[in-house]
Formats: sequence, structure tokens, C-alpha cells
Amino acid sequence: MEKFTTLTAVAAYYPRANVDTDLIIRVERCAKVEKNGLGKYAFEMARFLADGSDNPEFPLNNGPFREAQILVGNINFGCGSSREMAVWAIAGLGIRCVIAPSFGEIFFGNCFQNGLLPVILPQAAVEKIGAALAADPANAKLTVDLSRQVVVAPDGSEHAFAIEPLRKKALLEGLDEIGLTRLREPEIVAFQDRDRVKRPWIYV
Amino acid sequence: MGKTLFEKIWDEHVVADLGGGASLLHVDRHYLHELCISRGFPTLHERGLPVRNPDLTFATPDHVISSAPGRTGGAFPWSIKVMDTMRIETAKAGIRLFDIDQDGQGILHVIGPELGLTLPGTTVICGDSHTCTNGALGALAFGIGISEVVHILATQTIVQRKPKTMRANLEGVMARGVYSKDLILALIGKVGAAGGAGYAIEYAGSAVRALDLEARMTLCNLSIELGSKTGMIAPDEKTYAYVKDRRFAPKGAQYDAAVAHWKTITTDADAKFDAEVSLDVSGLPPQITWGTSPEDVIGVDGRIPEPRHVSKSEALAYMGLSAGDRIAGTKVDRVFVGSCTNSRVSDLRIAAEVARGRKVARHVEAWIVPGSVGVKKEAEAEGLHEIFLEAGFQWREPGCSMCVGVNEEWAAPKARCVSTSNRNFVGRQGPEVRTHLASPAMAAAAAIAGEIADVRQFMS
Repeated sequence: MEKFTTLTAVAAYYPRANVDTDLIIRVERCAKVEKNGLGKYAFEMARFLADGSDNPEFPLNNGPFREAQILVGNINFGCGSSREMAVWAIAGLGIRCVIAPSFGEIFFGNCFQNGLLPVILPQAAVEKIGAALAADPANAKLTVDLSRQVVVAPDGSEHAFAIEPLRKKALLEGLDEIGLTRLREPEIVAFQDRDRVKRPWIYV
Repeated sequence: MGKTLFEKIWDEHVVADLGGGASLLHVDRHYLHELCISRGFPTLHERGLPVRNPDLTFATPDHVISSAPGRTGGAFPWSIKVMDTMRIETAKAGIRLFDIDQDGQGILHVIGPELGLTLPGTTVICGDSHTCTNGALGALAFGIGISEVVHILATQTIVQRKPKTMRANLEGVMARGVYSKDLILALIGKVGAAGGAGYAIEYAGSAVRALDLEARMTLCNLSIELGSKTGMIAPDEKTYAYVKDRRFAPKGAQYDAAVAHWKTITTDADAKFDAEVSLDVSGLPPQITWGTSPEDVIGVDGRIPEPRHVSKSEALAYMGLSAGDRIAGTKVDRVFVGSCTNSRVSDLRIAAEVARGRKVARHVEAWIVPGSVGVKKEAEAEGLHEIFLEAGFQWREPGCSMCVGVNEEWAAPKARCVSTSNRNFVGRQGPEVRTHLASPAMAAAAAIAGEIADVRQFMS
């Protein structure tokens, strides 16, 4: 997995609440398009007008925000379907970090599987940062420092965020979860041996 | 202090404590649909890894297959390829596959309980967010992404962080014309689409105990729309009776031993939840959504609320509705009865009761998509299909169909669809399609009336 350490980059604000994974990537794209081709279709229903041209109201279509590597969102970002293609699509746009007051739980977990950092900050902080980004596109940059667990806003203010230690380590070092679990094969064998006696009806 | 149902199942499945709040959990049941296989197996092969426990892995096609009568598979070259991959990979790995027209085929979250695969106290995981449906039997069930699908295929375990616990207390007696779909929509409306985020939910209370198992599945199905990836209901006598004699369920002495075990996993009287929410279901009217999030819900006798946020103004514009208007009387074009939320035989009986002796409005195209081959056979044995066909509904083949639309079973742009499914998201049932979520009874009533209608007016 790709590492995530510190990122200083253009950040765009998308204030829509409850951005669902269907909005991020349509389901037929999930089925038909290869992983590295999904960025083209990310947010397609919001990003493009009916004639295929850019929707000027979509934040990532405006000036410097086209280069954004950080997306600042609203509550329940990534809710809905479990499709990991939503993370692949966002990553395909060049986004490495999403900051929001809350996330859809499955999307949140999928981010960590792909070296994309989801950051939870209080709603007031997210709205303040978002407003600052939108108000001054020329200076719309944030720094996300994973080792220190802070987001640095354009005015220099720092916003601390929490992250579970194992996930932090995995991102910082680019660890492979399957490889790590396979090292625990003896424990899995021991579990199943005990369990076959205790709950034989499971093993059909 | 006592433990909750969730904590007991969690503790029983810990293979290793990984530190920092993370645990490696054993996966008792891993369900695969055709897209999990077409997307997951290439990664498994790249890594040179075998499927560790094909005996605990079960597959069926539900997403990409057509629901058209007489269908043989996918409707497009790409979906035919997905189906081929599914057959080849499951055969090579020795995974049980319930293929088209075989007993057992259907929507995964319908067949898991139906086949006796989903059992109380099990961990049930699948690359589909509505896996939480299986929690109705007292299982810890949740959806995952494709990376975690590969992790389970390779190790039969999953790395998880223990969520907090929430109890949703549903008390009271449902009025006529009100079903478990209405209860869960009302609860989502009350606490919001992110209200359950970070929690494992246990549904409890007199209204939950009164529900049969299929109605409980509808309740748990929308846990993800409440923001929680898992929701569950403590097993009781109804659960043990439901499981008994099903195809993969324990039999004889093993069934008795299993029931004895299941009786120990319910929440202790002195257990504490991190949060409690409650809903009085008495007097609740049938519910229907008006916007593009399941939290945008009102009683069918209500008016569309004023938008509180720009997102809600956008939702109203997308839906072609105005704040202050009555929702009843809104003209509809399509009706869909189906999905892992509401496609079981009890759902079809409810819809048929409304449809019996009536006709679908001439401008409405209405579909009934049973949840599984088993449901379809049972419904046909009861003659439900004849009631639907005589009324002018289409009687189709089992699958996800118009709920997720991956097979491009879509309504036309700007069409309005009353749907028994779980998501009214922008574009969910096709580009620009306007979805209203409701119960099977309300969906059938909309088909007959040709507009959003209060099903209570259809009941004597």
C-alpha cells in the first residue's frame, strides 16, 4: 500500500451533506471500468452537465481547485454502498486525504486500504476551514501531518485529529494487512480447532 | 457489569488482539456476489494465495443478472463475462455456488437466512453494505470493501475496531397499514442518516419482539442507512423456530446444542449501552421519503418540509417537489417491489393484499422482483403471481434489479418511482430518476392509484 506521511496541497471544499458512494461513482462504472480508469467518472453526476461539459458549480472544476489533493466535505461523507471503487475514483482524481465531520463507516475503512487518509474534525472546524478555502482560492492549501496528527489551516491554526494507532502505523509505513494476518496463521488454526468443538454447526 | 449481544458475539470471535483497539475476528460466513468475485479474485491470484476456507464461503449471482422473465444471465457482454468468471472461480476454489434457476439463488441477504446459513451468534460478512440484514437473526453482520473481501478469502478473518453500542428501543403497537419498513424509516428520520455512525445497533423493545423474522430483516437492512454498518436483534423463540430445518441449519442434537448456545448470547439485564434512542411506534402513519437521503422522510399524510440546508434545497430541486406541498397525490411513473429490504414472501403477500382485484394505473409500470428462487416458488405456490399479473404488475426473476441498477434496469430520466428498496440517492435507479422509499403496501397502493397514496385507504 502507498504510504501517507505529510501532505501539503491544494484543498477544495464540497459542502454537500451525506455525499453517498453512488454519487462518487455510479454502480455500472464499478462493474465495467478498470481500477485505474475510475477517476474519469468520479462525481460524474455532479461534476459534468448533461452535455458532458464541466459543471462550473462543482468545486473541483474551479481554477486552482482542479489541482486539489485534499477534499474537505460535510457530515456522513461516503455513506451508502460498500463499493471500494468510490475510494479508487477519488484517488483517481489525485485526492490523498478527505476531511469531514463524519464518514460512512465502510467508506472510512476502505480509505485505509488504499493509502487515502480520512480525517475527522469537529463540524465547526471543518466549516471554518472550508469557508477559508472557498474565500481565498489562491491560498487554498492545507497541510496534513499524520505523524503529528494535525491539520494546518491557511491561517496557520492547527487542528488535532485522532487516529487509531494500528491504522496510523499502516499508513506511515505502507504496511500490507493480508501479509501481517498471514503471519498469524497458527492462531487462526488454533481458533478453528477450538471452535469446531464448541460450535460444530458452523462448519458445514 | 453484563455484556450486550454485540459484545458477546464479538468476544467469541476474537482470534487475536492486535492492540490499540483492533482485533482479528473469525469470519463464520463469507458471502460473495458476482462482482466480489470478478473484482476480488484477480488480486488473490496476483498474490498467489488460495481461498483458505471454501467451506465457509458461499456465492450467488444477484447484482448484474437480468430480472427479465426467461433470463439466462447477464444482459450485456461485460456482465456475461462477470458471470463466467464467477462460475470458473467458484468451481476452481470449491466454493458452493447457487447459480441461476438453482434452488438457493437469490439476493445474498435473502438467501443467507433462507438457507439456514445465517445463524444466531455468527459473524456474517460480505462485500455489500446491506449484509446488516442478517443481523435480524442475532448475527454480527456487516458489509466491507473489496480489499477486505480478499483478506477474508485469504485468511478467513477480518481486522476490526470495536464500535460503541447503541440500543434502539421501539415500543408500542403498529397501526394497520404500518410495517417494519415504516418503523426503520421513521427512526432514520428521527436520528438522521449519520445517527448510528460509530455504533453497533441492537433493536429492542415490544415493537421489535412482535415482528416476525422477515420483518426484522427489513428493520436491520436499513441499519446502514442509519449510519451504522451493523444492526442486530437478539434471537428468541421465533428465531429458533425460523432456523429449524433449513437446508444448512444444524439438525437433531446439534440443533438442540446450538439453541442452548444461542440462549446465552442475548444482552444481559445489567449491560450498558453507550447510547440509547427510542421511538414510540403507536400512531405512526405509513412513511415515504421525499428527498435524496433516507433521512428525508415524512408520514404519507404529511407535507414536504422547508429545507434546512442547501443540500435539502438541492434534494427538492432534484426530486421536482416543493416545500409545503402534500406528498400524497404526487404522480408516479414506476413502482418497484423488491430488493434485500422487501422482497421476501411476507412482503409479497402484503403487496398482493393491496393489489388483489385491482388494476395498476395505466401510466404506471410496476415490477415485482422476488428476492430468491425460494421466495418465487413459495409465492407461486400461493398464487401471488396470479394476483399481480391480473392486476397488471410484471412478475420477474430474482435479483437486486432496480434497487442498485447495476444491470441497467433503470427508470427513465426524471421518472418518479415508488420503491421498496433502501436508497433514494441521486441517480440510484438511473440517471435523474426520482426515488421514493416506502413499504411494499405503500408501493402497491402507488401502483394502483398512479400517485403517492395512503395505503390505509385501500384497506377495509
